[in-house]
Amino acid sequence: MKRWMTMGLVLVALMGVSLESNAAVPASVPLRLWHSYRGAERDALEQVVVDFGRLHPEWPVELLAVPYDAFANKLTSAIPRGNGPDVFIAAHERLGDWAESGLVAPLSGDDGLWGAFFPATVSAVTWKSTPHGYPLAFKSLALFVRDDLIGGSVPADTDAMVATCRGFAKDRPGSFCIAWEAGSFYHHAPWLFGFGGGILDDKGSPVLDRPENAASIAFVRDLTNEGFLPQEPTSALVTQLFNEGRVAMVVNGPWFLGELAQGVPYSVHPLPRVSATGGATTPFLTVDAAMVSARSLQPEAARALARFIAVQGAATRLVDAKQVVALESAFDSPGVTVDPIVLQFRDASALAIPMPNVPVMRAVWEPASQALRSALRGATEPADALKAASKRISIATRPRPAAANPLPAMVGLVIVGIGALIWAARRFRRDDTWSRMRASSHAYAFLAPAAIATAVLVFVPFAVGTGVAFFSHYQGEFTYVGLSNFINILGSTDYAVTDPLSFWFTLAVTIMWTIVNVFLHVSIGVALALALRRPWMKLRGVYRVLLIVPWAVPNYITALIWKGMFHKQFGAINGLLQWVGLEPVSWFSHFWTSFAANVATNTWLGFPFMMVVTLGALQSIPAELEEAAEIDGASAFQRFFSITLPLLKPALLPAVILGGVWTFNMFNIIYLVSGGEPDGATEILITEAYRWAFSRQEQYGYAAAYATLIFLFLLAWSLAAGRLQRRTK
Amino acid sequence: MNRRPTWLVAIGWNLALVAVCAVTLYPVLWVLKMALTPSQAFDMSPIPFPSTFSLSNFQDLVTSTDMAGNWLFGHWLFNSVVVAVATTLLSLALATTAAYAFSRFVFPGRRLGMTLFLVTQMFPGVVMAIPLYLLLDAMNLLDSMVGLTLVYATTAIPFCVWMMKGYFDTIPKDLEEAAVMDGAGRWTMFFRIILPLARPALVVTALFSFMTAWNEFILAATFLGDETSFTLPVALQRYVGDYSTEWGHFAAGAILVSAPVMALFFALQRHLIGGLTAGGVKG
Repeated sequence: MKRWMTMGLVLVALMGVSLESNAAVPASVPLRLWHSYRGAERDALEQVVVDFGRLHPEWPVELLAVPYDAFANKLTSAIPRGNGPDVFIAAHERLGDWAESGLVAPLSGDDGLWGAFFPATVSAVTWKSTPHGYPLAFKSLALFVRDDLIGGSVPADTDAMVATCRGFAKDRPGSFCIAWEAGSFYHHAPWLFGFGGGILDDKGSPVLDRPENAASIAFVRDLTNEGFLPQEPTSALVTQLFNEGRVAMVVNGPWFLGELAQGVPYSVHPLPRVSATGGATTPFLTVDAAMVSARSLQPEAARALARFIAVQGAATRLVDAKQVVALESAFDSPGVTVDPIVLQFRDASALAIPMPNVPVMRAVWEPASQALRSALRGATEPADALKAASKRISIATRPRPAAANPLPAMVGLVIVGIGALIWAARRFRRDDTWSRMRASSHAYAFLAPAAIATAVLVFVPFAVGTGVAFFSHYQGEFTYVGLSNFINILGSTDYAVTDPLSFWFTLAVTIMWTIVNVFLHVSIGVALALALRRPWMKLRGVYRVLLIVPWAVPNYITALIWKGMFHKQFGAINGLLQWVGLEPVSWFSHFWTSFAANVATNTWLGFPFMMVVTLGALQSIPAELEEAAEIDGASAFQRFFSITLPLLKPALLPAVILGGVWTFNMFNIIYLVSGGEPDGATEILITEAYRWAFSRQEQYGYAAAYATLIFLFLLAWSLAAGRLQRRTK
Repeated sequence: MNRRPTWLVAIGWNLALVAVCAVTLYPVLWVLKMALTPSQAFDMSPIPFPSTFSLSNFQDLVTSTDMAGNWLFGHWLFNSVVVAVATTLLSLALATTAAYAFSRFVFPGRRLGMTLFLVTQMFPGVVMAIPLYLLLDAMNLLDSMVGLTLVYATTAIPFCVWMMKGYFDTIPKDLEEAAVMDGAGRWTMFFRIILPLARPALVVTALFSFMTAWNEFILAATFLGDETSFTLPVALQRYVGDYSTEWGHFAAGAILVSAPVMALFFALQRHLIGGLTAGGVKG
């Protein structure tokens, strides 16, 4: 009897599984958990997951560390297609976006639980009055003080801070009093609030253009001008100065702990109040939350995992990873010894306000940071910079173009298609194409594999991309808008033609960028090739090998290295300039120097290709020709321009055409070296398209229209160049 | 030209070239210095020579493991090598045959085909990532080395076709005509006569497609979902994140990634000079 019952149960269970398996997956499919933690935080998370496995062996978990930069993009493309995680750990700031586009599941219920977290962390993960994630830990900026450099009391307000800095600077030339990543708006926000300013108005729309905001920027600019704060401080620079004892105080978040060198004596404090207003210097609170994917096939298990990490895992994360956990009780649980630094962080965050999780915030960061940097280096007055930023934000958040009726376009397409078919059919008959095609079937056999592969993987995606240009994208939904993206871009309707955001401005920069680069590549390459050709040059093999090196280094590595070399205060290039006795240059503050920095980097990596092409072409030029000319008394100059160059032309021209196309679309260098500084003026078309797609409210349609225009422009150029090439033959 | 110049001129030329080489190698030496210095900070001093010598960055990178104890570096290296070699073989196979057709046969659609291959070089790559993602997803090739190889190979093919076609054009047709007399078929001719003669161009084409696959990270980071399926550049990119940058590890990784390509360049540089231009001369 018992056996029968067992068998019956098994049968029912099996049926249940098989019935469910249409909708759900068998239990053996592991839950997927995505995160971007590293180091100790990652180890602690892995430990928590192991603990979860002990409690729930029926729900195996698969962890994936996704690179931070790729995280959001991956999430938004993977989840709607069912490739995404079941649970993911991310900062709460994009929650509104994700909730609106249906990526994150709302977590209603769990009523007793929410009170256990710090209230600010719960409000951070709440969207439209429902929590959308379990808060794990919170991070906010605080003041790190090197205890060996700041004797006595830590400044409690900005007057005290400035006084401390005066004393400090007097004793130690070459050192700085305080440092933070001043060019990042996130790092500036505490001062903004301290001066009584803000970002969003009551209705949740961004309003940057306020006198208080301008005052906060002026305050930081004065600190820089007095030499208390280093110029153009990057996060790497801040870390380094602090570790080397060359800066006494640093404003940074808990992630900074992982970068501190061993043996550095430090403590963590709340940020000093703003004396001018008496206001508290309030940093943004960022909450790491475990969110459940709305498309998870095992929602219950996923939710259990997310809850487990937040609640049962809190102690492990607190002790092992020194996370400032959101679960209040974790700090008092028995047997837990909390690192004093974590407590200092918790207390420093007491005043922090959750970063707004409304989607519109994502349009604020880029222009606000640009304005900040522009004002800090003295290029514009803070108020004017903020005014410009407001304008840019309003462009990025402008209303979507109205939906258009796709019928005319479809009718048009059909008519064009039929017309093309008729034309092709008539030509086929007239030229007897069909029999000629049959006669050359062997040619098609040779060609087919490459043609099919390219058609599927290059032409189809491009056609899809071009199609998107006629749509407008908002939170996962595409609306057909006809030609309005193109009209907006080409008509430069939202901004003046001379504004760096305008297509025509960027096009001019791109053309100049291409011409200057190709000219330098060719002239340096040809010059070096001619120098290396001399037969008496004993070491030419060695030189040639050394000069090819830049070609072999991946260009994103080159770009990052050169970016560091161009730093104003600490870069090697300014170091050399000062060594020669010249003034250091703030490379990314002015259009021309910034442009020059990009060009220098790209020239470095591009000339070897032209050199090698020229070396090869020179091999086929008989030396007698030049010798004869030399005997006839032609100068070196004449010989080059009337003999060598014309003979090199057929080899160089294709290389120039191709090099031009590659340079025109050289994404990595612009994106990584100047990043468009100053004010987006050095962007080229392809980086601008990327920004419209990924950092300005995901306007994919607009970006695709840019891409289509890039393609059309290059097509026109290569047709013209091809005609030129045929003429020279 | 062949006269020996005065020693003054010779020294002048050599000095100039040494100077150019110094400028060229400066950033490279600097990467080497950061890789050999155990700190993770960005090196700001203008002197590109290491003051300490430590292999700890390389050691960290090479010995890193994930939670399940997988030897990550081994996976990354394996993936990179497999993808790069497969891409090279595939694009060579497809590009040489296509180039042969363009070079030797007259058929309807020849000019259009050549133009279309050239046109692909003008598609802005960054913007194609999303459509490609959807396409690979539909073909169930996401997160697989096959998918990545296909994408890389199709990126490399157009350039390779143009290169090879140019080189094939320089090979006299008499050879084939003689072979036809002897009764050789088209494929025999292609494999026995044309390919051996085109070796310099094959070498350049292979190197080019290898580099395309070996260095790419934007598409790879988008398509690959699992840490053990990453390629080296994707893994390397993680060391320069938004919040923290581990320059020491990044530099060590940069050297490990660049070293094989450099070795290939040096081994093949003679072919490189011949192969790259012979095609171009004829256009």
